[in-house]
Amino acid sequence: MASRRAALRKTSNVVFVIFCAATTIIALGVLAAILYSLLSQGVGGLNLDIFTKSTPAAGSPGGLANAIVGSLMICALAMLMAIVVGILAGTWLAEFGGDSFYAKVVRFLNDMLLSAPSILVGLVVYYFMVAHLIGHFSGYAGAVALALIAVPVVTRTTEDVLKLQPSSLRESGVALGAPVWITVRKIMWRAAMGGLVTGGLLAFARISGETAPLMFTALNNQFFSLDMSHPMANLPQVIFNFALTAYDDLRRLAWVGALLIAVAVLAAQIIARIIIREQRRS
Amino acid sequence: MTTAVESVVRRAPREAAFDPIFKALCFAAATMLLAALGGILVALTIGGWPALHRFGFSFFTVTTWNPVTDVYGAAGPIAGTIVTSVLALAMALPLAFGVSVFLVEFAPRAIRRPVAIAVELLAGIPSIVYGMWGLFVFAPFFAQHVQLPIAMAATPGSLLEKLTAGVPNGANIFTASVILAIMILPYMASVFRELMLTVPPQLRESAYGMGATAMEVVWQVLLPYVRKSAIGAVMLGLGRALGETMAVTFIIGNSHGLPKSLFDSGSTLASTIANEFAEATSDMHTSALIALGLVLFLITFAVLAMARALLGVQRTY
Repeated sequence: MASRRAALRKTSNVVFVIFCAATTIIALGVLAAILYSLLSQGVGGLNLDIFTKSTPAAGSPGGLANAIVGSLMICALAMLMAIVVGILAGTWLAEFGGDSFYAKVVRFLNDMLLSAPSILVGLVVYYFMVAHLIGHFSGYAGAVALALIAVPVVTRTTEDVLKLQPSSLRESGVALGAPVWITVRKIMWRAAMGGLVTGGLLAFARISGETAPLMFTALNNQFFSLDMSHPMANLPQVIFNFALTAYDDLRRLAWVGALLIAVAVLAAQIIARIIIREQRRS
Repeated sequence: MTTAVESVVRRAPREAAFDPIFKALCFAAATMLLAALGGILVALTIGGWPALHRFGFSFFTVTTWNPVTDVYGAAGPIAGTIVTSVLALAMALPLAFGVSVFLVEFAPRAIRRPVAIAVELLAGIPSIVYGMWGLFVFAPFFAQHVQLPIAMAATPGSLLEKLTAGVPNGANIFTASVILAIMILPYMASVFRELMLTVPPQLRESAYGMGATAMEVVWQVLLPYVRKSAIGAVMLGLGRALGETMAVTFIIGNSHGLPKSLFDSGSTLASTIANEFAEATSDMHTSALIALGLVLFLITFAVLAMARALLGVQRTY
């Protein structure tokens, strides 16, 4: 009887191990299939025109230059806003807020904002900026929408890395007679620099592929434009529009755009990982 | 004498005058986060109010969505959102669990790290990429190799036939759920893995020492230890699935009304907004779409708050 029970336990264990291995193979298989499609469809369309010509009408040659430049400008402005606000907010949570009720509320709402559906951010920025403040779609509105998505990421990582620093660092600054803000700026931020950069990279990875918040804010622009006060072309929106057309050449451009975004996101994440590892080593 | 005393009087550091300003700046930045979330709630409520006021409670029960007659009911998108998210969770949960257990317990040391990193990197791929893959690769494959054979095999009038009725083009509730599942899988797997790594090694070792099999260790030692936060992680995954926009918009088929079968086209709250907002035909149409946003906000907020509460418990261990 006992041996039969033991056999049953052994068999079910083997089945369990096989199940776990199989799920891993399935998961990796599916994800490999997605990467394969992305590479096989995207790499073929890569050429110099992609970076030098603007989005075409169906049937004529063109590239993604206006969308790439638009995306870069919108993302850069969004990151600038997100880094300023996020680092200050994270610093407040780590250095000043402590365990106060207000700090707990901000922390909770930051977590909510971190996982809030991005399309809602787009809707709200549309409501405030596009519909009421400015009156038309613009690159600025797109940048604000993306900044709202990036801020919680930066805030969270800033708070986390500042809290990891030993309090003796803070004390040493104060003991030297430095005001708090100089202690924070010259000692705390500098000590946490790797973590802060990582937070920025993760936030960039998060927003660079976001499509939903740009649909009602930056909209799109068929032509090359550096004017952020007007509708602006951006990669995600161009991918979305072109993927849903019936034209093969536009669909190919959509795949190339998707490949470019995926490469940018993966690169940002990998650099962030390398920085984290270097920090741990030193 | 007096000079000596004066020399130990502590003067405030020269640039200390800026301290309160710096503190106020940081405080203002933190308050902006609060204002952002408050702003979302206010804008969605004010923007959606005309529609909610006009249609009242029937907004949530009526399935009509007609921009021509200006009559809007959210029952279809609400049902679509819940069905796709729950289906996606049902598919992703066992897979994510299996992957994380494999990585923590069984995987050879050499592949453990690379696979874990691969899974984490894939969690960051933008949803529009998943959407394109779903539309151009998965949907045609599914239509030809799953949907058509089932449609041929199902006897008319049978339950199978009712469940799988629909246009065989691969753009439906079920394929949208599969894509959602693929998207939340790497995310949930990496959270599960991190949770299981927090279990003290002594617990695991003592269980093995008593002769427990790996399966018993996982089910009776690891899982009970991380139970609450694991549920929190599942809720986080659900929250992501509920609000996911682009991937679903690509592949769900975008038709209004309640989905009649698994393979019927449908819509979700987010996909309806994404599809129609930029081309809304009337003020009431815009308002109805913003009201959908409010519903989505309230649902995800509830789910995420619950996730946060459950995950928060773990931190105090």
